[in-house]
Amino acid sequence: MRSAGALLWREYRFERRMFWRNRSAAFFNFLLPLIFLALFGAIVAGHRNELDVIVPGIAGMSVMSTTFTALAYNLTFLREQGVLKRIRGTPLPSGVYLCGLALNAVTNAAIQIGIVVVAGRVFFGLGWPPQPLTLIVFAVVGVAAFALLGAALSHAIPSFESAPAIVNSVFVPVILVSGVFFDVKHVPGFLRDIAQALPLEPLINGLTGGLVQGHGALGSHLTALAVIGLWAVVGVVLAVRGFSWEARRG
Amino acid sequence: MPGVEAAIEVRDLRKSYPASRGAGGAIDAVRGIDFSVARGEIFGLLGPNGAGKTTTVEILEGYRQRTAGAVSVLGFDPSERPRELRARVGIVLQSSGIYAHATVAELLAHFADFYPRPRKIDQVIELAGLAEKRDQQARHLSGGQRRRLDLALALIGDPELIFLDEPTTGFDPAARRGAWQTIRSLRELGKTVLLTTHYLDEAQELADRVAIIKGGRILAEGSPAELGVGAGSRYRVAYANGNGELTIVETDDPTRLLNELTSAALARGEQLNALSVTRPSLEDVYLELTSDA
Ligand SMILES: Nc1ncnc2c1ncn2[C@@H]1O[C@H](COP(=O)(O)OP(=O)(O)OP(=O)(O)O)[C@@H](O)[C@H]1O
Ligand SMILES: [Mg+2]
Repeated sequence: MRSAGALLWREYRFERRMFWRNRSAAFFNFLLPLIFLALFGAIVAGHRNELDVIVPGIAGMSVMSTTFTALAYNLTFLREQGVLKRIRGTPLPSGVYLCGLALNAVTNAAIQIGIVVVAGRVFFGLGWPPQPLTLIVFAVVGVAAFALLGAALSHAIPSFESAPAIVNSVFVPVILVSGVFFDVKHVPGFLRDIAQALPLEPLINGLTGGLVQGHGALGSHLTALAVIGLWAVVGVVLAVRGFSWEARRG
Repeated sequence: MPGVEAAIEVRDLRKSYPASRGAGGAIDAVRGIDFSVARGEIFGLLGPNGAGKTTTVEILEGYRQRTAGAVSVLGFDPSERPRELRARVGIVLQSSGIYAHATVAELLAHFADFYPRPRKIDQVIELAGLAEKRDQQARHLSGGQRRRLDLALALIGDPELIFLDEPTTGFDPAARRGAWQTIRSLRELGKTVLLTTHYLDEAQELADRVAIIKGGRILAEGSPAELGVGAGSRYRVAYANGNGELTIVETDDPTRLLNELTSAALARGEQLNALSVTRPSLEDVYLELTSDA
């Protein structure tokens, strides 16, 4: 039998092929961060400080939408459609299959971060990331945390029809309080406390360090990193508990 | 595969589902059933909706945990879901989904990678009757064609044992005959098949042995012929007598009865109109056993 690594590679390739096959979905997936960048770039054009907030904010939002949102949807869909159950009956190890799904999402996150970095340089004069290490560390930990939390959220979604409402009711408020579109400094204290305890604000904090000049090296973002790491641990526990290979009954 | 052990052994299998919100108390879906399926045999579980067919089959496939009893599938305990067992069985679930944007050939090629010794893709496509749909995406297949894709995906790993949970539900009559032909060809390849069905003709056509299941219990078991004419079932002779009244006589010895009837008629110079001799079909047995009366 093929090794787990070879199987994972094949599974991953298949997921990528299927992702690109659904052209409209793939297109809008990558258009969305560009639309946001263009819109907010136009709104705050020329205001250096605000651009420095928007670009990492949209990078953070991209991480969340490609991993958390996408996996919550996909896992619910695959579960309710009975695809998970079918795969479970084959000799493909379950872990390999789920890693394939996760790597697919991670690839989209990486592509979107790339798009944001390039757009930041080309259109907003942001320059190449001054702290690439900070950027990479936060991207990796952030992607892991949000992917796990997305998988965990799928367990709480009873049917595919209810997925958009449930996912958006988490995604939109988190985006709003976490300073994607404005500096969290302008937010009332209690909301800021909430935002800083959630994973997205710390992620944007770290991405800011990576993407924007003068926000300190990795060492000055360790609290943020710890918060995201904690969420990743919570994500592991919740993603594993309550995982179901079968559609929810009635 | 050498060895004399049965492909499937089921002893006093029980399954109850816990009480769920809004659905009353616990459900005893399977209440102590026994059967075994020999290697190379096609075994049919025949029963109405809610009889416990899917529950039984999914315990054998490793999807559900039994409440009590002993089961063995190719010598393994399916509840432990050993990978070797999954490589040696093929499963057609009662309903399951697939990647809608992948073509038939792509899906088979992908699934073939999961197995140690897969069959040739085009062979399986041919066997499942999907040759014309080879390069169609799954979302463009009709319901019946999707079902054939399910069968093809179950056969791609060249399994020894194949579970088919209502394999022909939703097929048109021609497609059903086609699927029956495919299943018969599995027998010729020496495969073991456990199939569930509501359809008597399907059980009668395909199965070497049938268990009629209802309310989680097996009510009768045997070859379709045995079940039809087994103990207690008698020949039925019907004819119109001299006054044109239809008369029905049941007998264990139709030869003698016919001889008596025809001799008497000849002696009286009468005709025996509308004469027929029938045995109860599996259908009669099935309806009688599963009726609520
Ligand atoms: N996961 C479950 N949770 C609770 N009850 C269940 C579950 N699965 C099946 N049941 C119940 O167990 C009984 C047997 O169901 P099962 O699906 O095994 O029947 P079946 O013979 O396959 O029926 P059908 O021909 O309709 O497919 C039914 O009363 C059903 O409602
Ligand atoms: Mg069923």
